[in-house]
Amino acid sequence: MTESRSLIRIALSVVTALALCALTPQAFAETLQDISKLMKQGQHAQALEKTEKYLVGKPKDAQGRFLKGLILTEMNHTAEAISVFTRLTEDYPELPEPYNNLAVIYAQQKQYDKAKQALEMAIRTHPSYATAHENLGDIYARMASQAYDKALQIDSSNASAQTKLAMIRDLMSASSRPVANASNAASPATATKPVAAAPAQPETKPAEAKPESKPEPAKPVVASTAPVAAPAPVVAAESKASAGGSEIGKTLEAWATAWSKKNVKGYLSYYARDFQTPGGEARAAWESERSKRLTKPGNILVSIEGLHVTPESADRATVRFRQHYRSASLKTSSTKVMVMVRQDGRWLIQQERVGK
Amino acid sequence: MRMTRRLHLAAALIAGLLIGVAAAAVDSNAARYSDSGPEPILARVFEQIEQNRLDIALKEVESLVKAYPNFHLANLIKGDLLLARSRPIQAFGNIANAPKDKLADLREEAIARLKAYREKPPADYVPRYLLQMRADQNFAIVVDTQKSRLYLYQNEKGTPRFVADYYISHGKLGTDKVREGDKKTPIGVYHVTGSLPRQKLGDFYGSGAFPISYPNEWDKRNGRNGHGIWLHGTPSDTFSRPPKASDGCVVLANQDLDALSKNLQIGLTPVIISNSIEWLSLDDWQAERSALNKQIEQWRSDWESLNVDRYLNHYSKKFYSDGQNFEQWSARKHQVGSGKSWIKLATNNISMLRNPGKEDMVVVTFDQDYRSNNLSNVMKKRQYWQKEDGQWKIMYEGAG
Repeated sequence: MTESRSLIRIALSVVTALALCALTPQAFAETLQDISKLMKQGQHAQALEKTEKYLVGKPKDAQGRFLKGLILTEMNHTAEAISVFTRLTEDYPELPEPYNNLAVIYAQQKQYDKAKQALEMAIRTHPSYATAHENLGDIYARMASQAYDKALQIDSSNASAQTKLAMIRDLMSASSRPVANASNAASPATATKPVAAAPAQPETKPAEAKPESKPEPAKPVVASTAPVAAPAPVVAAESKASAGGSEIGKTLEAWATAWSKKNVKGYLSYYARDFQTPGGEARAAWESERSKRLTKPGNILVSIEGLHVTPESADRATVRFRQHYRSASLKTSSTKVMVMVRQDGRWLIQQERVGK
Repeated sequence: MRMTRRLHLAAALIAGLLIGVAAAAVDSNAARYSDSGPEPILARVFEQIEQNRLDIALKEVESLVKAYPNFHLANLIKGDLLLARSRPIQAFGNIANAPKDKLADLREEAIARLKAYREKPPADYVPRYLLQMRADQNFAIVVDTQKSRLYLYQNEKGTPRFVADYYISHGKLGTDKVREGDKKTPIGVYHVTGSLPRQKLGDFYGSGAFPISYPNEWDKRNGRNGHGIWLHGTPSDTFSRPPKASDGCVVLANQDLDALSKNLQIGLTPVIISNSIEWLSLDDWQAERSALNKQIEQWRSDWESLNVDRYLNHYSKKFYSDGQNFEQWSARKHQVGSGKSWIKLATNNISMLRNPGKEDMVVVTFDQDYRSNNLSNVMKKRQYWQKEDGQWKIMYEGAG
């Protein structure tokens, strides 16, 4: 599970990296978009071929080389991927993403010291790079569990211990997120960076690290007070492809407001007829469970931020955001991924998952 | 935000852990402490944590883990310090569903090690137990189970001189062994009786084992049984075990056992195990020692004097030895005494080792050279002297 989380952080880097292409001529940008489309479809060999061709014309191009590194990673050509990203860090030491992805690969190889070094470089070049902070936190947690294994002579690589450790990581992801503050990243090196990774985000406070004992199928969302981060500002591909993005944002705001107001009927109305219940249970059972949770006594305060919309078609999109939830007894932040579909002119939730 | 988290950590790690540990700076008077072993760095790690310098603390603990890769405690602290970088941590050992007993054990070990490091024995004091070593006893071992510490002393022309001290584990269920299998460590005066090399042992015993003389004469007289109390090492994947971990043995880290073993003389090196060492200034130690020496000398000359009653006056009414009580012993001495026209007695190589505990008792061992008109013999003799109403009396006497 953690591995895929890291890979998602790589994928996120594609999004930011895509932003680079905003500065490149349109033709090249389109090639790059094609490549990442091929990647998304899992056609790695074709994507790689296209990238190689692209790089013939622009051998120094950071964006192309970055994509090549990603494709190689996806194809499990780890050594080559490491070499691509390493050379990128040498040629473009001011870019944090190659360092970050190097770190993810090292982490997969359990070379946590190397991973840590790479992330520290990413942060040194770009102190506000939230992904690197997140990954670094993850690396520390993994190094910690290695040390704990040694200390307590347990083996977290066996299944049962793994679950324990995965739970710790969940807590970690829920408890502290480094501040991504664009304003303190204004060093000359980073100022030229085309990627301001994110608009200034509200500081997420570390939550009480309280274990969440019950699996929450659907996390509550959105406090209207919290600013909802707009979809990443420079993701040309996305905004061009769909006007659904802002509609989806509004829908989710409303969905979350219903949740916050404990309006069960309203809340449930945002789920599509063919909504896939998390445990595969019957719709009625799921609804009754949600209703029970929503109506528990005490205030709920929820917000979402960092909404990313990836359209798959005109009527279907994958949505990703950070969800902050606070009730009397629980305070969490987590990554939420939803598949939204447009039915009868309304965007509705068809799938809802945590952390993937 | 970061600051709060750090304070949180310091509180979590330090709270309770250092309670009862005099945090006072190390007494310069006690600077003779040997700085081998992990304690100096471990103490620095906790100092840095107390001062919220977690980055330095992590560096220190990493060097500790590098030096002692199987040091579980250091790994645990390392885990905490790493985890503290990504989330607030709540306690000592922040791993969900961690075995609670293991965490408690490591916590105990941390406390024991820090205490022993910070509360070093005063420089001009010696363990009361080492009243007198014989000239060829090069070293003596004194164990403090409450401190989880073993102290090695060298015999420097009759005066015990501190050499080194080591962290140790003792019985799971504590001390004052009475029965076989009670998982307790005996308290008393013993000596090393043998050496079992690593090759003859399972990995569990680490780099070697040194059996000691439990049960001794006094233990047997008091009905204590069991056997196989050893000083031994640790398994290859374990640098040290918790303070209370063994079935009664005294367990040292392998490197410590190796260092110690160079100094051990089989059949000779005393191993005195106490709950809590009593320390004496050299002056007081000298006074105790000469007072007892005087008594022993009196006993010797009273025996030579042929006055059996004066001689018997040195024996307790509770005397008991090899099946004889005081009356039987007395009758036999009177009978033997009647046939004597002269006795010459020499006591050589006297060692006097005080038994830990409330009983004011000293184990005296010497080479006895006995000559008389009708019988002569040379033997190693052992006596247990105990104070009764302010007078030293012999409780037990037999071959040593």
